[in-house]
Amino acid sequence: MSLDKNDVKKIAFLARIRVPEEALEPLAGELSNIIGWVEQLSEVETEGVAPMTSVADMTWPRRADTVSDGDCAADVLANATDPEIPSGDANVGGFYTVPKVVE
Amino acid sequence: MSYIIEGKTGDWEVVIGLEIHAQIISQSKLFSGAATAFGAGPNTQVSLVDAAMPGMLPVINEECVRQAVKTGLGLKAKINLHSVFERKNYFYADLPQGYQISQYAEPVVGEGTVVLDMPDGGSREIGIERLHMEQDAGKSMHDQDPKRTFVDLNRSGVALMEIVSKPDLRTPEEAGIYLRKVRSIVRYLGTCDGNMEEGSMRADVNVSVRKTGETELRTRTEIKNLNSVRFVMKAIEHEAQRQVQAYDNGEEVVQETRLYDSQKGETRSMRSKEFAHDYRYFPDPDLLPVELTEDEVEAIRASLPELPDETKQRLMDDFGLTPYDAGVLVAEKETVAFFEAVVEECGDPKLAANWVINQMPRELKRSGKSIENSPVSPQNFGKLLNFVLNDTVSTSAANTVIGIMYVDGDDPVAIIKDKGLEQITDSGEIEAAVDQVIAGNPDQVADFQGGNEKAIGWFVGQVMKSTGGKANPKMVNELLRTKLKG
Amino acid sequence: MSTPAPTELTDLTITAAADGMAKGDFSSEELTQAHLGAMEIAAGLNAFITPTPDLALERAKESDARRATGDAQGPMDGIPIAVKDLFCTDGVLTTAGSHILDGFKPPYESTVTTNLRDAGAVMLGKTNLDEFAMGSANVTSYYGPVKNPWKGNDGKDLVPGGSSGGSAAAVAARIALGATGTDTGGSIRQPASFSGIVGLKPTYGRCSRWGIVAFASSLDQAGPLTRSVADAAHMLGAMAGHDPKDSTSAPIPVPDFAAGLDAGVKGLKVGIPKEYTLDGMPPEIEALWTQGMDWLKDQGCECVEVSLPHTKYALPAYYIVAPAEASSNLARYDGVRYGLSLDGDSLDEMYEATRGEGFGDEVRRRVLIGTYVLSAGYYDAYYIKAQRVRTLIADDFRKVFEDVDVLLTPTAPSAAFAIGEKMDDPVAMYLNDVFTVPASMAGLPAISVPAGLDANGLPLGLHLIAKPFDEETLLRVAQSLEDAAGFTARPGATP
Repeated sequence: MSLDKNDVKKIAFLARIRVPEEALEPLAGELSNIIGWVEQLSEVETEGVAPMTSVADMTWPRRADTVSDGDCAADVLANATDPEIPSGDANVGGFYTVPKVVE
Repeated sequence: MSYIIEGKTGDWEVVIGLEIHAQIISQSKLFSGAATAFGAGPNTQVSLVDAAMPGMLPVINEECVRQAVKTGLGLKAKINLHSVFERKNYFYADLPQGYQISQYAEPVVGEGTVVLDMPDGGSREIGIERLHMEQDAGKSMHDQDPKRTFVDLNRSGVALMEIVSKPDLRTPEEAGIYLRKVRSIVRYLGTCDGNMEEGSMRADVNVSVRKTGETELRTRTEIKNLNSVRFVMKAIEHEAQRQVQAYDNGEEVVQETRLYDSQKGETRSMRSKEFAHDYRYFPDPDLLPVELTEDEVEAIRASLPELPDETKQRLMDDFGLTPYDAGVLVAEKETVAFFEAVVEECGDPKLAANWVINQMPRELKRSGKSIENSPVSPQNFGKLLNFVLNDTVSTSAANTVIGIMYVDGDDPVAIIKDKGLEQITDSGEIEAAVDQVIAGNPDQVADFQGGNEKAIGWFVGQVMKSTGGKANPKMVNELLRTKLKG
Repeated sequence: MSTPAPTELTDLTITAAADGMAKGDFSSEELTQAHLGAMEIAAGLNAFITPTPDLALERAKESDARRATGDAQGPMDGIPIAVKDLFCTDGVLTTAGSHILDGFKPPYESTVTTNLRDAGAVMLGKTNLDEFAMGSANVTSYYGPVKNPWKGNDGKDLVPGGSSGGSAAAVAARIALGATGTDTGGSIRQPASFSGIVGLKPTYGRCSRWGIVAFASSLDQAGPLTRSVADAAHMLGAMAGHDPKDSTSAPIPVPDFAAGLDAGVKGLKVGIPKEYTLDGMPPEIEALWTQGMDWLKDQGCECVEVSLPHTKYALPAYYIVAPAEASSNLARYDGVRYGLSLDGDSLDEMYEATRGEGFGDEVRRRVLIGTYVLSAGYYDAYYIKAQRVRTLIADDFRKVFEDVDVLLTPTAPSAAFAIGEKMDDPVAMYLNDVFTVPASMAGLPAISVPAGLDANGLPLGLHLIAKPFDEETLLRVAQSLEDAAGFTARPGATP
C-alpha cells in the first residue's frame, strides 16, 4: 500500500497537523516506505489468534466511588494559554478559552 | 397505532431509533476522583486527569460499572462479563484528551427489552441493542466573548450510559413513550436522576422513512442532543416530513448529523462537524478490560428494586386498578409511593387512584409545587378521602379542601372545621331546605310534574346553593323526588 | 579525613557513594556539588535540557540533615541523579524534548520521581531525550542532539543512542551517579549499550507510568541507567512499586533487588534465541555474544539454543502498535491547556498551526503513521494484525520460559554511530531496536550490561531478558556477566 499526497493531506487533517504543501510529497514517500516495510506482517499466519489487549496479566483495579480529587482550578489553569478568570482568582475557578467556535 | 405520512408519491412510514445518554448517579467521575455535582465554579470539579495533563491516567470507578449493570438488568438485557473501554479519537474544544473513552466493540450490556404501555391500553415491546459506558465532554460557551469560546471541564469525565434502542419505534408518540419509560426505569433503579432540564438525560434520534410495505431500511439521519420528550417528538415529526419531501422531490436523503431548532421548528444539517470524521476506535491501553463474575451480577440482580412493570402488575392484581390507571401511577416512582401511602390511610384504592391521578397533579400545578416537596402528606390526603367515603364532606367540598391543603399544608380536619364544610346529613335540616325551594318555585314544580324529569337537577342545585354546598347530594336528591312526586 | 577530590566523587558507584556518606567520608552536598561541577564542565554534551542546581543543593542539604539525625532513608538517600525530561516534575520545566511543551511546568510530580525523592535521591536536572521518546539516537530533540561522551578512533561526534540519550550520556560522563530513563522499544537498553553503562527495563507494570509523558501506553516503562548492576538494583528498588493511580501498575510487593545479586548463577539455564542472529551483523557483536555465553557457562550456567519464531516480526508490529497509541496519546497537545499555542481563526486552524509547528519530523511521521493504521478501512489490516502478531510474540517467550531462566542476546546490532547518520532513512534507524523490541512487546524485564569494546574502541552491551516480574534472576545473571566482563573502560572525551 502506498500513500499519495492526498492521503497524507487527509491523514494530516485527521491528526490536526499542518503540513506545508511542499512537504506532502516527500512525506508520502517516507510514510509509504514505512507502511511497505510493516506490511511484511502479512506473511504471519494469525488465523484464530486473539489480538493482545494488555501485556499486564492483571484484572482491572477498581476505584471506590469517593470524591478524592478536583478542587484544584488554579493547578488546572496554571499552564493555560489564554485563561479567563472572572474573579481574578484562579482558585475559585476560571475558563480555558479557544478561538470562537461557530456551531 | 399507525402514523402514516401521505406524500405525493405514496404513503410513508417512519422508522425511529433512540440513543439515550443518561448520566450515571455517582459521587465521582468515571475515571477520576473529581466530584460530579452540579453548579460548581468553572473548572473547580476538574482533576489533572480530567484536564488531560501530560502523563495523567484513568482509573475505573467501580460504582459506575455496577450502576451500568443494574440498568442493564432493569432493561432485561444480557450482561457482558467481559467488556472493553476504547478510545474514540477526535478533536474538539470540550474534549481535552483528544479522545473520548467509551465502549465500542464490547459494551457492558447487550440486547434487552422495554415494554411500552400504549394509551389504548395495549403494550409494545421495543428492543434494546446495547448499553455502554462513556465519559461526558466538557462544556463550551460561545456567547461570553466576541472572539473566544470559553471551556469549562466540570462535566468532562462524568460517567454516562448510552442506551441504544433497536429501530423498533414507528411514531413520534411511541418515541416519547419509550423515552419516558426508560427514564422511569433508571429513576426506579436510582442509576440516573432523569433530569432532562439539567442535561442528565438527553437523546439522539435516528430517523428514516420508507414507503409502507417496504422491508428494507432507507438512509437515516441522526438528530443530536434533544433534551426534552416534546423536542424528541417534534424533531421526529419535522425530520420525517423533510425526508418525505426530499424523496417526493426526487432528492436523496444524506446520512448525516442534524440539529433540531425548536424556535424555527426544523432540523438542520451539522455538516461542518461531520467533515472527515474517522474516530479510529482502539482499546484504551491505559485501562484493562472490565471483568465481572456471575456472582457479582447475581448480587446486583438480587438488590434490584421493584420496577415499573412489576409495580403496575401488582397494582392491578392487588387493588383491581385498570391497566391505564396503574400505568399512569407507576410512571413516576414518587407518584406510586405517594399513592400506596394514601391507600394505606384510606383503604379505597380506586378512589385513591382517581384522586392521585386527577386532583393531585392539578393541585400541584396550581400551587407550583412538585411531589418531592409536596405540602400535603399522603396521610392527610388519605384522611380527606376517608371524609369523602364516610360522607363527612361532599366531593365538591373535598375539592375545596384539597385546594386549601395544597396551599397551606394544613390538616383536612382543621380546614373542614374552620370553613364549616362538614356535610349536612341531618335529614330535618335538609328537609327544611327542600321544602323552602319547592315552596318558592311553583312554576318549576309544575314543569317537573308535567313530565320534565330532568328539572330535578335544577332543584338539587338550588338546595345545594342554599346549604352552601354542604348538604349530602344523595339525600337531597331522594327527598326532592319523594316530595315532588308526592 | 580530608574531603575526596570531585573527580573521585563523581567516579563512584551509587553503592560506594552511599557507603561513603554512611561512613561520613563526605556529605550529599559535597557529592552533589561535585556532580554539578561535572555538569558544567560537560555542558557541551547537551545532556541536560534543564539543570536544577538550586533544587539539587537544597535536597542534598535535606539529605545531610536526615543523616545527621539518623533518619537516612537507604541506599539512594543523598545520591545525585538525573531525570529524563519525560517525567513530570513539580514546578520544574518538563518538555519531553518537544517544542510543543514550551514553558510547561507541571503542578505535579510523577510517581517514580516522587518515589525517588522519598528515598532521598537528589535531582540534578532534566535530561535531554528524543522528542516524546521517539528515536534511537537522541537526534530528534527540539533541544538539539546529545553527544555521546565516547568517541571513536576517528574522533567524530557520536550519538548516545536514544531515546534516553541525555540520561545515558550523563551517567557515562560521570555527571550523575544514575539516571531515570523510559523504555518503549529499547530506549533505556540501547543507549546504555551505546554509552557503556547498565540500563534496566523492568517488567511492564513494575514502575508506575503516572506522571510520565506517554508515548505508547502499552509499552512504556521507566527504569534506571547506572554504572553497575548493583546500582541498577538499588535504584529500581526506589523507583518501583504499586500505584493505584496507574491501572496497569502491578499490585505486587517490591523485593530487595540487591539482596540476591551475589548468589551466583550456577545451574541456571540460559536460552540463546537463534533468530537473533542477523545477516550482516558485525562479527565483533557475534563474538561478544559467544563470549557472553562462555562467561555464563564458566559460572555454571547451561546455555541452550531456543527458538522465538516470530522475532523477525516484532519490529514491524511495534512500528504499528507504538505509533497508533502515540497518535492518540499526543492528541492532547492542542495549544489550549499548556505548552505552545499558535493563533488560528478557527479551532481547527489553531490545532493545525500549533501541532504543525510544535511537533518535529519524527513525531509527525509517527503520529501520521499511527493515525493511518487506525483509520477506517485499515484498522484490521494493520493494527489488529499487529496485535495478533504481538500475541504470538508473547507466546513464543512464554513457551521458552517454560524451559529456560533467562535469554541472552546482543543489545543492539551496532555500536554508537555518528550524529547525522541514518537520518534520511527512518526504517534503518528503527532497526537499532531490533533486539530490544521483542521483550518490550511481551512486557518482559530486560537489561543491557556493558561487556566489551568494538574495534573502534566503542562500548557494546549484552542483553538479558527474564520472565515477568523476575527482575531478581535478571539482575543476578547480569551481575555475573558484569563480574566476568570486568568492563572498566570509560569515555575519554572532553567535549
